[in-house]
Amino acid sequence: MIYDRVTIKLLEGLCHKPPKFQNGVKIVLLLLLYQMKLAVNFLTIGLVILSLPCGSYTEIPPKPPGSVTVLPPVKPAGGPQAFPDAENSNLPVFTMDYARIQVPFEVTLWVLLASFAKIGFHVYHKITFWVPESCLLISIGLIVGAIMHSVHEEPPAVLSYNVFFLFMLPPIVLESGYFMPTRPFFENVGTVLWFAVVGTLWNSIGIGMSLYAVCQIEAFEVQDINLQENMLFAAIISAVDPVAVLSVFEDVSVNEQLYIVVFGECLFNDAVTVVLYNMFIFVADMPVVEPVDVFLGVARFFVVGLGGMGFGVIFGFVASFTTRFTSNVREIEPLFIFMYSYLAYLVAELFSISSIMAIVTCALTMKYYVEENVSQRSCTTIRHVVKMLGTISETLIFFFLGVVTITTEHEWNWGYIMFTLLLALVWRGLGVLVLTQIINPFRTIPFNFKDQFILGYGGLRGAISFALVFTLPDSIGRKKLFVTTTICMIMFTVFIQGISIRPLIEFINVRRTNRNLETINVEIHSRLIEHTIAGVEDLCGQWSHYYWKDKFLKFNNRILRKILIRDNRAESSIVALYKKLELQNAMEILDTVSGDINAGSSIVSLQYVYPLCPSSSCSFSLSLSLSLSLSLSLSLSLSFAFSLACSPSLSFSLSVSHSLAPSLACSLSLSLSLSLSLALSCSLSLILLLSLSLALPLLLALSLSHSLALSFALSLSLSLPLSLSLSLSLSLSLSLSLCTNDTHTLWPCPSLCVSLCPPCCLSYTSLHLIHPSSLTHYPFNLNRSDGYLSNTSRRVGIWSIYQG
Amino acid sequence: MGASQSARTEHEFQDLADRTGFSLEQIGNLNKRFRQLSKNEETLSRQDLASISALDNNPLRAQIINAFFDKRNLRQNEAGTVQVIGFEEFLMVMSHFRPAAMHITEEEREKLRREKLRFVFNMHDTDSDGTITLEEYRRAVEELLSKAGTIGQETAKAIADAAMLEVASTTRGKMEPDEFYEGITFENFLQILKTFDIETRMHVRFLNMDTATMRCGK
Repeated sequence: MIYDRVTIKLLEGLCHKPPKFQNGVKIVLLLLLYQMKLAVNFLTIGLVILSLPCGSYTEIPPKPPGSVTVLPPVKPAGGPQAFPDAENSNLPVFTMDYARIQVPFEVTLWVLLASFAKIGFHVYHKITFWVPESCLLISIGLIVGAIMHSVHEEPPAVLSYNVFFLFMLPPIVLESGYFMPTRPFFENVGTVLWFAVVGTLWNSIGIGMSLYAVCQIEAFEVQDINLQENMLFAAIISAVDPVAVLSVFEDVSVNEQLYIVVFGECLFNDAVTVVLYNMFIFVADMPVVEPVDVFLGVARFFVVGLGGMGFGVIFGFVASFTTRFTSNVREIEPLFIFMYSYLAYLVAELFSISSIMAIVTCALTMKYYVEENVSQRSCTTIRHVVKMLGTISETLIFFFLGVVTITTEHEWNWGYIMFTLLLALVWRGLGVLVLTQIINPFRTIPFNFKDQFILGYGGLRGAISFALVFTLPDSIGRKKLFVTTTICMIMFTVFIQGISIRPLIEFINVRRTNRNLETINVEIHSRLIEHTIAGVEDLCGQWSHYYWKDKFLKFNNRILRKILIRDNRAESSIVALYKKLELQNAMEILDTVSGDINAGSSIVSLQYVYPLCPSSSCSFSLSLSLSLSLSLSLSLSLSFAFSLACSPSLSFSLSVSHSLAPSLACSLSLSLSLSLSLALSCSLSLILLLSLSLALPLLLALSLSHSLALSFALSLSLSLPLSLSLSLSLSLSLSLSLCTNDTHTLWPCPSLCVSLCPPCCLSYTSLHLIHPSSLTHYPFNLNRSDGYLSNTSRRVGIWSIYQG
Repeated sequence: MGASQSARTEHEFQDLADRTGFSLEQIGNLNKRFRQLSKNEETLSRQDLASISALDNNPLRAQIINAFFDKRNLRQNEAGTVQVIGFEEFLMVMSHFRPAAMHITEEEREKLRREKLRFVFNMHDTDSDGTITLEEYRRAVEELLSKAGTIGQETAKAIADAAMLEVASTTRGKMEPDEFYEGITFENFLQILKTFDIETRMHVRFLNMDTATMRCGK
């Protein structure tokens, strides 16, 4: 590749080529993107094939909880070997040591494989709309499991007791706890606990008893399962699983009440499941059950439940307190969240109390205080990482459910399995009906029959049941039957109920809540109504949960916030929402233009471009660009936005190259930009913007050489408005351009461009954006953020923001 | 109170129950509370309500008290306020806060929504002209945020402006440069709060038990 002398101007819209360049740039990038999609599919298959001969984890027998499993590296049979030592003792040039990296390598490959599967699903939008992702993942897992089974490989022991409960489950539960909407949750906490505790008990006991009755029927040949084993099995499969429920309910939108009850129930029934499971395991060994054991079971339930919540709250407060002091170590702030919640989980596991409740309560308590203490970046990082870890875990769990289905040994028994499925459905339905009847009078918004149907139908079982049944002690004779039945149950609920729940919700027309719409008016009126209700209640002299809420808020403001939050000025939620919406609007504007944050500034910019091209004849050019642009910006909000924008700009540039052959080029550039920006607003008149934008300007340079170039630029720009009418912006951009030279090859040419742009014509442009008459009536203060104007090259109307 | 008195009040209560929809026990409780607040008088004045200490921390105190004396809430189709209210008027205002019954038809639900939203609208529209102007909205937002910490007045104004803008754009769409948005009418108000489930949120659970004596003080 010969690098010719080249001067590539960046997003300013001009690319000056020495006369030697010729035409012939293809729109490679689009092609590249297209090929990437295909490549992803190929990669998936490639990875599958690649992972097969890579050996396997050995099956570790379940150790007592609390000890960490370490998987010993296994030398794969028939895997690639290091080069055999030569007879002489020369230095080996190329060696390979697979055994050393085996474990992390395989973990990474499996995670990648599952993630590629997830990418692959979204190629066709229609599929993910109708079929929840969990089903698709299980299907892929089934395929991979079949492949592995046919080559007699053992899959990694992901769903074993320790790995599952210590590594796979906490991220998911943390994610659900962290993103749980707190207000609806606390308003419905009674219902949630009612369904979680009493509902699960009802289900377990009902299913257990009925299964025992079914076992008595001789035709099914399962008479050797005694009552305790049946009850144990019923306890395992009656628990609604958070992983499965969340993955299905995330996409369908039901009304808030229903959502929070299903959501809360699946998280909080863990306490009951833990107690019942341990109780029945204990009891299954004993020949006789005494009444005192039942009483002890009840006592244990309280210990487990309240202990879990107590640990969670303690760790939550400690975490909040710690973050109060982290203002100087912002980089590790997210770490505290993760470590403390994981600690809560592990400590709860240590005492065999409900670890899920511990981590959920920890996340709930922590979130409110921590998000006020940490920096905005840390807050975003925390949210993002929590979501990411949760998604990975969930993906892996469903994937391995599919894999393990094929590779475990099964024992099929038509009668038992069919009856289990039937009884589970029946008892859940009955349970929901009866329990709702009892609790409806106490609810402020009673559940109608449609809600109850969805509540019953949405009780999906998932991986927790599987992990529990997998680790049943082998003393239980029919363990394989239980495993098979659990798998059938999970498949049935996830596939059939999961797929059909969306059309059913549409069909029976359940009340929906539009969760996404946040308008200032609605927020203002929510608060208004709350205060009004509280006032009227005071007037009537009555108590209600608003009273308790009020009391708690007072306690919170007076004591808790002072201890746990560094800067404890209270902020109304209306103001918070307002700020958020403002930032969002600003980001939207910025993103429509910010891709070319360097392109088309409204002022003369002095640029010094020194392309770092590895060519023998580097050229050096100094270019002056003048571009005409109209700009506007509106900001004062904090948000994270992703947008695609197209903005034309006209720019002239004069460049002088090494060969001292000046050329004048006029270019019309059309730039397509994809930008990711983060804006931080400190005050009304000082705004700091940091934006990272990736732009693909498609340049048509009508230069003397008639050459075309495609430049790919990554630009980082920092702009600092100093006052309302003056702003200085410094932008630094790094660009990687693909250009052709006369040999028709494409090569990247990095260049660094530093530009300094003083502003001009700010106040004028801002006026254009609002209808002049409305200015008098709504003096909405747009001038605050004039600093951006110099960098934007697009006129955005105010009405379009609000209509967008 | 003699037997005749209680018989009369029984009959009255029945009458009121039919008209406002409360149950007899609820009316009995509210009557006790009314007597307590009005110090056994027949009518209630503003000072009586203002003397409730629990209301001091409420940012909307003045508006709530005014709402009780607003003629529009008393089902009289005229504007203006009254100076004193009787028990019947007290109940009428309270009836705006009744929860929705479990099985009501769509039209009844809609009617209930309109009624409750009308109450809120009246709270904003202090000059009774049928629209909420920018000034009125600003005042409402300032009151609301007054107890919520150190919020500058500018911010409150800006929030009210933004809210107004939102209403304008939602209800009017693209406006001509010369158009002037006069204020939020009741229909606009209904439109912007379409997604807000007021019928479930705006209610006070009037108990059948007498809890007024369970709390010490007012």
